[in-house]
Amino acid sequence: MIWVDTIVQGVLLGGLYALFAAGLSLVFGIMRLVNLAHGDLIILAAYLILVCVTVLGLHPLLAVLIAAPVMFAVGWGLQRFVLTRTLGDDILPPLLVTFGLSIVIQNALLEGFSADSQRIPLGSVETASVALGPISVGVIPLLTFASAIVVILALNHLFYRTALGRAFRAVSDDATTAQLMGIRPASIFAMATGIAMVVVTIAAIYLGVRANFDPTIGPARLIYAFEAVIIGGLGSFWGTLAGGIIIGVAQTLGGAINPEWQILSGHLAFLLVLLVRPRGLFPRAFD
Amino acid sequence: MPNIPSIRIETRTRASRRAAIFWALLLLIGFILPVFAGRGLVQEMFAILTMLALAQCWNLLAGYAGLVSVGQQAFVGIGAYAMFAGVILWGWDPVPAILLGGVAAAILAIPTAFFAFRLQGAYFAIGTWVIAEVVRLSMAQWKTLGGGTGTSLPREATADMMFVPQIAALLGVRDAAARDVLAYWLALALATGTILGVYALLRSRQGLALAAVRDNRVAARSVGVDAERMNWFVFVTAAAITGLCGGLIYMQTARISPDAAFALLDWTGFIIFIVVIGGIGTIEGPILGVIVFFVLQRMLADYGSWYSLLLGLIGIAVMLYAPRGLWGLIHDRTGVDLFPIRRRLVFNDTKDTDD
Repeated sequence: MIWVDTIVQGVLLGGLYALFAAGLSLVFGIMRLVNLAHGDLIILAAYLILVCVTVLGLHPLLAVLIAAPVMFAVGWGLQRFVLTRTLGDDILPPLLVTFGLSIVIQNALLEGFSADSQRIPLGSVETASVALGPISVGVIPLLTFASAIVVILALNHLFYRTALGRAFRAVSDDATTAQLMGIRPASIFAMATGIAMVVVTIAAIYLGVRANFDPTIGPARLIYAFEAVIIGGLGSFWGTLAGGIIIGVAQTLGGAINPEWQILSGHLAFLLVLLVRPRGLFPRAFD
Repeated sequence: MPNIPSIRIETRTRASRRAAIFWALLLLIGFILPVFAGRGLVQEMFAILTMLALAQCWNLLAGYAGLVSVGQQAFVGIGAYAMFAGVILWGWDPVPAILLGGVAAAILAIPTAFFAFRLQGAYFAIGTWVIAEVVRLSMAQWKTLGGGTGTSLPREATADMMFVPQIAALLGVRDAAARDVLAYWLALALATGTILGVYALLRSRQGLALAAVRDNRVAARSVGVDAERMNWFVFVTAAAITGLCGGLIYMQTARISPDAAFALLDWTGFIIFIVVIGGIGTIEGPILGVIVFFVLQRMLADYGSWYSLLLGLIGIAVMLYAPRGLWGLIHDRTGVDLFPIRRRLVFNDTKDTDD
C-alpha cells in the first residue's frame, strides 16, 4: 500500500513539474529557444504574487490575476526586444543571453528581497487533505495536478484549434514560408513567450504555496522542467505531462528508498529515457 | 611554359613574432612574481590563472568544436574529489594527486561523451548539465570524503607537501605562503600549457579539421574529416585539463564540498561570461575576458550581488551587440593576431609582407 501511496504522490508531484515545463515546452517547441532563465522567471512570478499578497493584502488567487498580465508583458517584451534577436542556426546566442538573464534575475531578486526563504500563505487549505480510497492526498497537490491538466488542455486547444495556434505551428515548421503567408514571426514569438509567462505565473503560485522559495532555487526548477520537456518530446504538451510524471514518480520512489536519492533518481530516470529514446517519448516535431 | 611561382603556407605575422616576445617576457615576470609580490597578489593571480585555463578549455569546446557544454563543473568537481581521494584514502602527496584529478575527469568524460554526443544542440547542453548534477549528487553519497557536507585535506598532508620546504627556504617565507607560491606556479604552468596546447592544436591538421567542421559540417565530412572523432578528442582533452584545474584549485583551498566543487555558476557560468565577453572562438578572447572579469570583480567587490548582476548584463549586451566579444572588436579595428592560426599563401620570390 505504501508503494501505491508513493506512486500517487509522485504522479501529483509530476503535475507540478508539468506546470513548470508547460511554458518551456511552448517556447521550445515553437522557436527551439532554450530559455535558461525559465526557472528564475518562475521565482520572479512567485515574488510578484508575494508582493501583491503582502503589500496589497490581496488573496493569493486574486494576486495571480494581477501577476499574470504583468508577467505576460514581461515575456512579450523580453521576446520582442531581446530574445528574438538571438534566434538562428547557432544555439549559442540564446543560451548565453538567457543564462545572463538568469543571473540578472537571481541577483536582482537577492538585492530586492534578500536570501531569506519566503512562502505564499494560503490559510488552512495548505494542510488539508482528502481520502482517496485507502490513501489520503493533499488538496494542494491535487489542485496542482488538476491545474496542470487544465493548462495542457488549454494549450492544446490554443495550439490546434485557433488561428494563433495555426500561426504558432506554421512558424515552428518553417518561419520563412509562414512569413510569405503574411505571418510576422517576431510578433508570433512575442505572443508565445507572453503566454508561456502566464503559465509560469500559474506554476509560481503552486511553487510558492507548496514549499519555501528563495531567489536561488530557479535553476533546479529549470532542470526538472527541461527533463520533463525532453522526455515528453519536442512540441508535445501531453508528452510534457508524461515527462513530469516520470520525473515525479522516479523522485518519490527514490526518496522512499533513501531520502538522499530523491533528486538523483529523477535525473537517472531522465538519462535512462534519453539513452533509449534520444528524441523523447512522443516527439511531434523533427529537429 | 608559364612561370609557376613557388609558394609556401605561413601563419606567422610580424605582429605575432613581436607578440611571442611579449608573451615570453610576461611569462618570465609571472614566474618571478612570488619573489617580490605579497601573498594576496599571489593568491589572486592563482585564481586568475586557473580561471584562464578553464576558460580556454570551454572555449575549445564551444568556440571551436561547437560543443556547448553547461556541465564542465562535473570535471572540476570530479578532479577535485579524485585529488582528495588520492590524499585521504591512499595517502598520496597532494601535488601528484592532482594528476589523479586529470585522469578521473578524462575517464568520466568517456561515458559522458558517449551519452551526450547522441544529443544535438540544446539537448546536448541540458544533457551535460544533468550529468554534472548526477555526479554531484553521487559524490555527496561518498561518506569517506565527507558526504554532503564535505571535508578538509588532513593537516599532515598539507604540512609535508612536496616542494614546499624548498620554496619556503628559497623565498624565505613561511610554509603557508610557500604552499600558495607552489599552487601559483602550478597554475601558471597549467594555464601556459593549456594555451600553448590549444594553439598547437589549432595550427595542426586537426585544428584545420576542427575549423572545417565548425564552419560547415557537411562540407567537412565530404572531404573526409571525421567530425565525431575530433569531437571525442576535444571533449576528453578539455575534460582532462578541467579535471587538473579542479584538483589544483582544491589543493590550494584544501577544503571541499559537493556544492562548491560542482558549482554551476563558478565553474561554468563565470567561465562562459569570461569567454563571451573576451571573444569566443579566439585564444586571445579568454585572456582578455579573464582580465575584464577580475578587474570588474575588484571594482565591485563591495557591492555583493550587484557584481554578478552587472556581469550578466554585460554578457547579454556583448552577445547581442558584439557577438565576437572585445577581442573581436579589437581585431576588426587593428587586424592584429596575437595567436595567428589563419594560413596564408606566401610567394617565395617576393618579400614577406605583413597583413
